[in-house]
Amino acid sequence: MRLLSIVALAVLATAPPARAAVNVMTATEDLADLTRQVGGDRAKVESIARGYQDPHFVEAKPSFILKLAKADLLVVVGRELEIGWLPSLIQQSRNAKVQVGADGYLDASLTAKILEIPTGQLTRAMGDVHPLGNPHYWLDPGNGRRIAKAIADKLSQMAPADAAYFASRYADFDKRLAEAEKRWDATMAPYKGLKVVTYHRSWPNFVDRFGLDVIGYVEPRPGIPPSPGHTIDLIGEMKRQNVKILMVEPYFDLKTPQSIGRETGAKVVVLPPSVGGEKEITDYISLFDYDLNLLVAAIKETGAK
Amino acid sequence: MRRCFRSVTAFVLAGSGLVAVPPLAVAADEVVQAAPPPSPASDDLSQLKGDLEALRQDYAGRVAAIESRIAALEGHAAEAAAPTPEPTPAPTAAPSAAAGSKVFNPDMAAIGNFVGAAGKSPGGGEPSLNMQEAELSFQAVVDPYARADFFVTLGPEEVALEEGYITFPTLPGGFLTKVGKMRDAFGKVNGQHPHTLPFVDRPLVSKNLTGGEDGLADAGISVARLIPNPWLFLEATGQAYQGSSAIFTAPTRGDLAYVGHLRAYQDLGESTNIDLGGSIAYGHNGVTDDTTTRLLGVDATLRWKPLRRSIYTHFLARGEVTWSRAGQADGAQNAVGGYGYLEYQFGRRWTSGLRYDNSQRAEAPWLRDTGGSFILTFKPSEFSLVRAQYRRTSFADTDSPANELLFQFLFAIGAHGAHPF
Repeated sequence: MRLLSIVALAVLATAPPARAAVNVMTATEDLADLTRQVGGDRAKVESIARGYQDPHFVEAKPSFILKLAKADLLVVVGRELEIGWLPSLIQQSRNAKVQVGADGYLDASLTAKILEIPTGQLTRAMGDVHPLGNPHYWLDPGNGRRIAKAIADKLSQMAPADAAYFASRYADFDKRLAEAEKRWDATMAPYKGLKVVTYHRSWPNFVDRFGLDVIGYVEPRPGIPPSPGHTIDLIGEMKRQNVKILMVEPYFDLKTPQSIGRETGAKVVVLPPSVGGEKEITDYISLFDYDLNLLVAAIKETGAK
Repeated sequence: MRRCFRSVTAFVLAGSGLVAVPPLAVAADEVVQAAPPPSPASDDLSQLKGDLEALRQDYAGRVAAIESRIAALEGHAAEAAAPTPEPTPAPTAAPSAAAGSKVFNPDMAAIGNFVGAAGKSPGGGEPSLNMQEAELSFQAVVDPYARADFFVTLGPEEVALEEGYITFPTLPGGFLTKVGKMRDAFGKVNGQHPHTLPFVDRPLVSKNLTGGEDGLADAGISVARLIPNPWLFLEATGQAYQGSSAIFTAPTRGDLAYVGHLRAYQDLGESTNIDLGGSIAYGHNGVTDDTTTRLLGVDATLRWKPLRRSIYTHFLARGEVTWSRAGQADGAQNAVGGYGYLEYQFGRRWTSGLRYDNSQRAEAPWLRDTGGSFILTFKPSEFSLVRAQYRRTSFADTDSPANELLFQFLFAIGAHGAHPF
């Protein structure tokens, strides 16, 4: 018996290996999960940034260079989200496949719905503005679908023999996402037009999709930490408009949000904007489950309307 | 000096000409305004004509753009009409503002570095108020095979090419190759531009052993390769230079200067990592035709930055030691020096640092200078900082130590650069 299994193993080992999985690196865990959804076991996926870290300020560690060096495909958020750290990693990867513009470089934003594309003159007096539009676009499930489609298409192009596999994985994801969207829409239906305040401009696509209304930000300008004057103005505005929900990304300090909460009676909700932001958030769909549950619980608790 | 600045002005004007393409006619306008006005009436008329022409071209361009977008939309509509239920077609158009050949202009930035100093220093030290340098950078991809980076520094006394090189990032065999003028890959601090240093000045060891502010920088060729191994990041760099820098002077064409660098890096968890380096530099030093200088260096860095609070806090410990063997007419002199540096970020905008300096002098190793600094940095945003440094230095050839206060304003405009690591 043992001999048999050894022989079987030997045969297996010498048999032509199953098609090698496409080696994918992604900038963020959201893109990593969407790649897993459509890539299944034919894609080996790893993310550079963790879900609980500020994606603007990832460190360009040499250990990432080693991973990029072996990648067949690099999927990036784009819209200059990674401008401070990804270009030097790509350059040092010595990997022709993942250079900007090469076949193995996929900018997920190119097929997504992008909001807040600035018009008119731009200066840094406006803070760290993103001239190509808001890069937090994955927080709209519609964009999640578009990203997944773009990744599935790219994987099919890279591994044509597996195209049918990727297409069926995408169809399955599309179906599950559509079901989840029905659930989320039902959950959020009673709160259309609810006014909220967020820390950073991370949520335009999210609030657009779920019908919330952002009336202000804890940051006086994108990327600029809270200032006393702005905080006082914001507190006044929140009181006037009776805003009871304050959404904060997990990588920001809670001191200012909490003092705003104390002044206004608003509930500070720490909402992870990415997969992996909390242990429970294991994939793209559970990201929305988690955030919407927290949000609805906070709305009910404060009686916000 | 004046001529030099005039040529800079011409250079900048040429640059702005690059930025504006004909349909916008901005550069042309500027030139017209800059030129002495001829007779006012004819000037107005030609100005009007020019404006009209610009408008006409502008509108022609816009109509063409709108037509192409309509065509694109019709294409999308046809797609949508097809039986397969496509997800909503991508509503994103390429940013239209960056039109024409302008998109191929390099990323440009200017960084101002203003340094002030107070207190007594035996050698005079830094000037009281000094625009130490303005650095202009131009960076872009050249073609599918290479990118280029230029850094021009405008100092109070000189205009110089700080670095200017082409990089081939994807040569076969994994050889990351650079050709041009570069700062040598010797240790950590030598490779850094003044505005990326965590202190106002360079450590004593840089001044005494590796060429001070200019440091080791030369024209040459650099090749760097990762050394595959299952344990850690290991990169070996080999460089050959002309032999024309603060330390090296080649008497003949054949006397190149060489630099070798080995870097090892390892993550110790997601927040902590360790970075080790060893460097060697060798070349003729120009004292006589046969004398050479050999430098050996080791550096070690420990970093800690918790990912969940990465914008609020980090800790860094770094040490660098350099050994110099400088050939003199009457035999070689051996000198050693180094610095230790601790850095702690205690607020989103606040970082403090502590540095200890100790270095012999390359040509007079019996003289040993020591010093200590406390550094406080305030960063209003990613694009500016204000820094103060208290520095106490005991020079070997003076009796009383120098107590100085340095302060610095750093400000950057233009393209968003890479975050330092």
